[in-house]
Amino acid sequence: MSATLLLLAPLVAPTLAAVAIVLVGWRRSTAIASVTSCGVVLAAGATLAATTHTSNVVLGLVLRADTLTAVMLIVIGAVGVVAIWASVAYLDAELLHGHTTRPRARQYGALVNVFIATMALAVLADNLGVMWIAIEATTVTTAFLVGHRRTRRSLEATWKYVVICSVGIALAFLGTVLLYFASQHAGQGAGALDIDALAARAAHLDPGVTRLAAVLLLLGYGTKVGLAPFHTWLADAHSEAPAPVSALMSGVLLAVAFSAILRVKSVVDVALGPAFLRGGLLILGLLTLLVAASLLLVQRDYKRLLAYSSLEHMGLVAVAAAAGTKLAIAALLLHVLGHGLGKSVLFVAAGHLQLTHQSTAIADVRGVVARNPLLGATLAAGFVALLGLPPFALFASEVAIARGAANAGLAWPLGVALVLALVAFGALVHHGSAMLLGPPTGDAPELVLSLPAAAPMIAGLAGCLLLGIVAAPLTHTLLAAAANVMASR
Amino acid sequence: MSYVTVLDFAAGGLLLCSVLLVWRRDLTAMVRWLSAQGVAVGAIPVSLALHRDDRALLAVGIGVLVFRAVVLPRVLARVLRGEPEPREAQPLVNTSASLLAVAVLTLLADAVSQPIVRLDPTPATQAVPLAVAVVLTGVFMLVTRRRALSQVVGFVMLDNGIAAAAFLTTAGVPLIVEFGASIDVLLAVLVLQILTARMRVKFGGTDVDELRELRD
Repeated sequence: MSATLLLLAPLVAPTLAAVAIVLVGWRRSTAIASVTSCGVVLAAGATLAATTHTSNVVLGLVLRADTLTAVMLIVIGAVGVVAIWASVAYLDAELLHGHTTRPRARQYGALVNVFIATMALAVLADNLGVMWIAIEATTVTTAFLVGHRRTRRSLEATWKYVVICSVGIALAFLGTVLLYFASQHAGQGAGALDIDALAARAAHLDPGVTRLAAVLLLLGYGTKVGLAPFHTWLADAHSEAPAPVSALMSGVLLAVAFSAILRVKSVVDVALGPAFLRGGLLILGLLTLLVAASLLLVQRDYKRLLAYSSLEHMGLVAVAAAAGTKLAIAALLLHVLGHGLGKSVLFVAAGHLQLTHQSTAIADVRGVVARNPLLGATLAAGFVALLGLPPFALFASEVAIARGAANAGLAWPLGVALVLALVAFGALVHHGSAMLLGPPTGDAPELVLSLPAAAPMIAGLAGCLLLGIVAAPLTHTLLAAAANVMASR
Repeated sequence: MSYVTVLDFAAGGLLLCSVLLVWRRDLTAMVRWLSAQGVAVGAIPVSLALHRDDRALLAVGIGVLVFRAVVLPRVLARVLRGEPEPREAQPLVNTSASLLAVAVLTLLADAVSQPIVRLDPTPATQAVPLAVAVVLTGVFMLVTRRRALSQVVGFVMLDNGIAAAAFLTTAGVPLIVEFGASIDVLLAVLVLQILTARMRVKFGGTDVDELRELRD
């Protein structure tokens, strides 16, 4: 397949699906088209991963793909398939119960596809400015998805989300401008924000200006990743959004925003040495882990529980990025993929629980395994995957992150991170087992899960399992992707 | 009048407008001053373009001027139309303390912008500290105001500061980036406008303090 087509397909396919939904509404046929378009993103990512081992594919002035792009496209496509497939059952149930209307379902379907396209653009952008535009566009497209339910709580969540993320991302734009300024003074004017051009002149960037730019970019994109102290929007938005949207935001959007930090890091590490961003990433990462672990302990709402668990995983990812060895970055990417799949399954399962109980309180949900063995088993497997237990992918990635951090001489921060991760582990086991195995109350509503509704969750778990057992074919790709963002001095 | 004078006037006007924005409580007046600030932002690329005889930059500058002085304030004015009481009644920080904070932020902006001025000490970059001060003032306004519209004004002010900094340092980012960024900002402000309208229906007002159902 030609390179042009490969790079355009992940943008065009979801856009076409969005147009189709705007024209004819959310129907079975357009839903299938949406899931297929995510499949196209996944396939494009896999093909690029197989072909771009050595050279970058560059298209025109705007798009560019290296192995990191390929891996991120795989994450977007894989989690997208699970989440959009699950949207079918979700919207059917909402329409059936009168929680939503046909026009709102149409808006949901169109926005979710545009959301996928903007994330694909963010990882395909050839230029840090275009990448910024795409990431800011994800905030705009997800705003009305978070507010889909039109309740007071969802309105509050949307307001906080849009205001905090827009401000954070605006700071990242100032950082981008300053990097452009430094880059213009380090070489010829044209293409000063192109990823390759920046990498080539990174060693000549003015350290003072680059330092300012790096701080702004880390804080700005860090806000979008949910790194503390700018995490306050995350639990609100992820708990109030419709379950499949939470799955996408938690499983993919955070990872896409983090890939922006990796791109920045590859330039800044050459200009300033790796110690500068390492310090920043460690502080933000450990702080995020601390916030996540303490709020997981006292959590009473299961959707917020899942949101804070995402925060915990992003904290770990930041520590892995701080380590910055090739092994650590490759493990980070595997972690992001495994977390995306596991977390999307759990959010979708949480959506079914919420629909049945009309509540997101952990105390209201008891004995899921006894009441519905299929949903119980899916939920349990999702928790096991998320806890980083074998045989799922997160086990391999967490071990590798720990090894990578130890090799990088980060023994002390690694120890702190592991203790906090252990606290989070305990909290998840505590709350998870209460929901799964606790004695059901007498008036517990009947818990139903049809096979078509269970299918996307089972697919997601199978993917996560497969990754854990046979990650070997991916190892080469992940290491190549890590090499894309390693400082090449 | 030399181009340096125009540039200095524009940058000074930029900061003056943000001081006035912090000072005023009347939301209608705030939208007017925001529009004036938009003129100051647009004047920067226009004066640079005339000085360098750069037609492309001139076109961009006029676009920026229209966008920031007319389009964005008009969206905010639409929000205001449904407002029964267009005043910021009780900001979290009172006016005199706010003005003092702006002074401190301006000094801070001057300190952190030094590396930028040092790298390329032209008349344009020497005005960058003022743009950075506007960015910081915008953030300050966002965190200390309680009405939804004042927060949006703070966001637009922050963005005006960033746009000014971009033109002062690099005579603007590449056209596609400038265009995309403007569209994004417009969309974000439109989203906030719709949310404000919904807030009025659901909460009976636009005091952001009413938003406190979600906590841990």
